[in-house]
Amino acid sequence: MNAVLTIAHKELKDGVRNRWIVAITLVFALLSVGISWFGAAGAGVVGFTSLPNTIVSLASLAVFLIPLIALLMAYDAIVGEDEDGTLLLLLTYPLSKGQLLLGKLLGHGTIMGLSTLLGFGASAITIILFAENVDTNAVLQAFSSFVASATILGCVFLAFAYCISAWVSEKSRAAGGALLFWFLFVLIFDLALLCILVATEGQFHPDLFPFLLLLNPTDVFRLINLIGFEGDGQGILIVARDLSYGSGVLYCALLAWLLLPLGTAYLLFRRRPL
Amino acid sequence: MTLVQLDQVHKSFDNVQALQGISLRLDPGEVLGLFGHNGAGKTTTMKLILGLEQPSQGDVSVFGLQPSQPHFSQQRFSIGFLPENVAFYPQLTGREVLRYFGRLKRVGPQRCSALLDRIGLAHAADRKVKTYSKGMRQRLGLAQALLSEPKLLLLDEPTVGLDPIATQDFYSMVDELRGQGCGVILCSHVLPGVEQHIDRAAILGNGQVRALGSLSQLRQQANLPMSIRVKSTLARNQLQHELDRLTTLAKGMRPINGSTLEWESDPSNKMQLLRALTQNPHIDDIEFQQPSLEKLYRYFVEDHDEVTPQ
Repeated sequence: MNAVLTIAHKELKDGVRNRWIVAITLVFALLSVGISWFGAAGAGVVGFTSLPNTIVSLASLAVFLIPLIALLMAYDAIVGEDEDGTLLLLLTYPLSKGQLLLGKLLGHGTIMGLSTLLGFGASAITIILFAENVDTNAVLQAFSSFVASATILGCVFLAFAYCISAWVSEKSRAAGGALLFWFLFVLIFDLALLCILVATEGQFHPDLFPFLLLLNPTDVFRLINLIGFEGDGQGILIVARDLSYGSGVLYCALLAWLLLPLGTAYLLFRRRPL
Repeated sequence: MTLVQLDQVHKSFDNVQALQGISLRLDPGEVLGLFGHNGAGKTTTMKLILGLEQPSQGDVSVFGLQPSQPHFSQQRFSIGFLPENVAFYPQLTGREVLRYFGRLKRVGPQRCSALLDRIGLAHAADRKVKTYSKGMRQRLGLAQALLSEPKLLLLDEPTVGLDPIATQDFYSMVDELRGQGCGVILCSHVLPGVEQHIDRAAILGNGQVRALGSLSQLRQQANLPMSIRVKSTLARNQLQHELDRLTTLAKGMRPINGSTLEWESDPSNKMQLLRALTQNPHIDDIEFQQPSLEKLYRYFVEDHDEVTPQ
């Protein structure tokens, strides 16, 4: 366990040193405060509108940014160490491949969690302090769930990044692979679903559709932040408005999405030639 | 107890036979030199000993255990390894790098500072590793390998990039560790200067052990001629004539310069030659040279017929 913490500590320190944490936190804070306050500017209103609207808009933002940031932060986790010759060295230390992977996840995950908490927390605080007629408890509850699910979403994509990193033999390929994953899960998947819906003229099997949404962690994340509100979903999620999934099921799905690529990354790492 | 034992070890990758029946052993307080050209199987042998690879056939045992098994992990505290090329973490300082590796081996910061001192990096300890020269990175690698006072030390090309003084420092450190009972395996291309620091040499070629033993054993086995150099105040013709008169063992003499002649002879003739040559008052200097590690290496690695003993 000690070794896991040592690795995590180094990753976290690297995150502070190369200013990842500061940069991500600032981006999250600026964008989320902006969205909370000016999200309804198009409708001619400035200021906080409603909690559901805000959370749904923030989720749409997070769904683009968080996977990208996670992939960028971790794509070189294994292949980078390999290229620097430190992987070979580390594996001769009293440290297993599993511990190395867990340490990286713990370190990178803490960076994601901290930035998400501070960045999006900033907008929660802004709303509580400056908006009128808000239920503080409701805001805190909605934002807690938002930050928790966003952190897990980040970890899911960290695990994807480890898969790529354990698979390829060059850093540049890992970067390409990371972008490909981002396109696939953030853009292409929803588009493909929409295409299927349109092509079948809505005659698509109604029980199958919600299940298909679970096949993409970004959609699971959006569903988590959609339920509990009578809100209007955006894009593909409009169809999923009256879903039967509770938040427990959705969180489990998201965690499954974390464990699956993490296990895959471990297997790929074990098979990786040194 | 034997530190390392390899018994008829085979290792193949896909369709490449990297090792074909290697048998080696290393005892405490012994320095084993592992020599061979690229692709001879040195690195694969190291990786097997470190448990980074599993043998396809045969047994590898380190401290009496199989290094590729998970329960070997505890033993890794007593193993030091210097890989051939480590860039380390360019953004960290030397001290930070060493402390990171130290934490993984449960070694405190004082020991790290002492090692940085010892290795001659104290002045640059707080500079980023990316500003380090090759030699400085190599020293950092050595410090890293020595973190936990290892019982087994594996060094892959340890002196590459080191200047002569640093190389000497390095070997004195190896000698000291050997004195403390540490077993050392030293892989190297750089043959000159290694001789006096190794107890035994293993020469690998094509995944096989071509020769194994102490240097004197290898010399005996190869039976390469030694060279004799004689310096005199006499003119060359006169010297040649004198030598012919003194001994029948001076054959195929070559002039080195005006007053020096050199020839080769079987090492067993050394005393006989010495007695004969010292009788002549005009001979100023006699130099015997045993076949160097380089020559032995060439002999064992290349086709044996190519080097013909005279």
